[in-house]
Amino acid sequence: MRKARGEKVQLRWLAHARSGDKGNTANVGLIALSAELYPLLARTVTAARVARHFRGMVSRVERYELPNLGALNFLLHDALDGGGTISLKTDAQGKVYSTALLRMEVPVPPAVARRVHPRASARR
Amino acid sequence: MSKVVRVAAGQGFWGDWLEAPIHQVKGGPIDYLMMDYLAEVTMSIMQKQRSRDPAAGYARDFVPAMERILPDVAAKGIRVTSNAGGVNPRGCAEAVLEVARRLGLGGTIRVGLVTGDDILDRLDELLARGHELRDLDTGRPLSDIRDRVRSANAYLGMAPVVDALRGGATIVITGRVTDTGLTLGPLVHELGWRADDWDRIAAGTVAGHIIECGAQSSGGNLLKDWRRVRGLERVGFPIVEAAEDGTFVVTKHPRSGGVVSVASVTEQLVYEMGDPRSYITPDGIADFTTIRLRQAGKDRVQVSGICGLPRTGMLKVSIAYFYGYKAVGTLVYAWPEAYAKAKEADRVLRARLADLGLRFEQILTEFVGADATHGRLSGPPDPEAPEVQLRIGVRARQKGPVERFTRELAPLVLTGPPSVTGFAGGRPQVEEIVAYWPALVDRREIEPAVRVEILRA
Repeated sequence: MRKARGEKVQLRWLAHARSGDKGNTANVGLIALSAELYPLLARTVTAARVARHFRGMVSRVERYELPNLGALNFLLHDALDGGGTISLKTDAQGKVYSTALLRMEVPVPPAVARRVHPRASARR
Repeated sequence: MSKVVRVAAGQGFWGDWLEAPIHQVKGGPIDYLMMDYLAEVTMSIMQKQRSRDPAAGYARDFVPAMERILPDVAAKGIRVTSNAGGVNPRGCAEAVLEVARRLGLGGTIRVGLVTGDDILDRLDELLARGHELRDLDTGRPLSDIRDRVRSANAYLGMAPVVDALRGGATIVITGRVTDTGLTLGPLVHELGWRADDWDRIAAGTVAGHIIECGAQSSGGNLLKDWRRVRGLERVGFPIVEAAEDGTFVVTKHPRSGGVVSVASVTEQLVYEMGDPRSYITPDGIADFTTIRLRQAGKDRVQVSGICGLPRTGMLKVSIAYFYGYKAVGTLVYAWPEAYAKAKEADRVLRARLADLGLRFEQILTEFVGADATHGRLSGPPDPEAPEVQLRIGVRARQKGPVERFTRELAPLVLTGPPSVTGFAGGRPQVEEIVAYWPALVDRREIEPAVRVEILRA
């Protein structure tokens, strides 16, 4: 059933992203697909929500805002099994934590959902 | 028209596309070619190579690349900045001079050699004088691992690059100079920026950051609208066109593939980012929240507004030390129920490792095709998946358990779950782990030892 306050939309329809590493920390830069979506991202993609999304995979999440680039930067601590050469992970350098974050769902107003959903179905 | 300096990226890491520097010097006008080779662990790999062969220890790819472009470099007056020198910049410089002589360019090519970043032989002296070189991430003092250190290099900034260019160097070869310093150096030299003009230093640093990973800012690895990125088979590496006031345009050569857009530049800007207000380099601190981007034409992004802060009194040091051993092995399980078979194989293997009494610091299992990159976020595995790869890795301080692990994978072919293949590669290799130890050191300990020499062919 649809909530009165809005719908859940996967971040992939609202943002693009790139990730990298610093030691055992992965960073994900989350970038609004268009400038008007940035305030929505800033409001809904909180450090607490991201930490919940990645629970069991990271120890702690920090968030930084870059309104000038329409972007948020997340530091995911202890995400890389030691990182660098120590890590046994396929993604030892956190290159695809970016798209892992884009799996997250956030609540959006119905008007935004209507705007991004047709695109979602068109691109699938 | 006011002066514009064009710095082109020719290489974003050791192993990048070999054709890129050739396209950069031939595809259109550039003033500088910037070739970045060093990642965090590259220095330790080079140190290992040099311990086997005193003439090695630098990015060998750089020499044949120079051989191919030197005639154009000489004819067009292009200058090159590179940290290809690794742990043996002198060896690298001599190899390039030899190539220049062979090409009959002895009279025109001058190599600026930058040394002084290598502090491996000075570690005990520094420790004795109270520099603890604590791990920036864990806070542990270097004395914990002192006897296992393999390489130690301070990150130098743009200053020695500028000195080499002032001295007339055509090709500047350094060891551990920052990626951004290789771009900032030419801008400071050409545009007459003061070293304490923190906004311009920050601007040149951001320019360097945008092009230091090569095509990653010009369409490579670009997620937004990735299907619309054309011509990656001949992708144009990025070029910065910088003006005296610190503004610059990111672009690429005409008729090259890829794309330079606000999206492509933004994705690179956030790559490996920490606190965006404080991007710290030896030359200054850049505030990424002040960057303004504007699409100024096809494949042209205008960058402006950048503010900076003064440099700190410390330099980062990259130390590599012996950590232990690891090995990773794989087997492929086929439909039907591929995931369930792979999962059972993992259980059997782990039980055998336990029965043998082997101790590991870590055993990590991933199921490629099910959860290897996104973990539990991938959702439930598809029972109809055509195949799933079991990928299992172990890590230990001692070699013995890792060695034994590498012999336990193949037996699963005949003693484990069915429909298994993909073991033709033989046993997994035991790898030595050389780990990274980032630290800080007072810049006054390092800078007096930095040397710039101009060598003629």
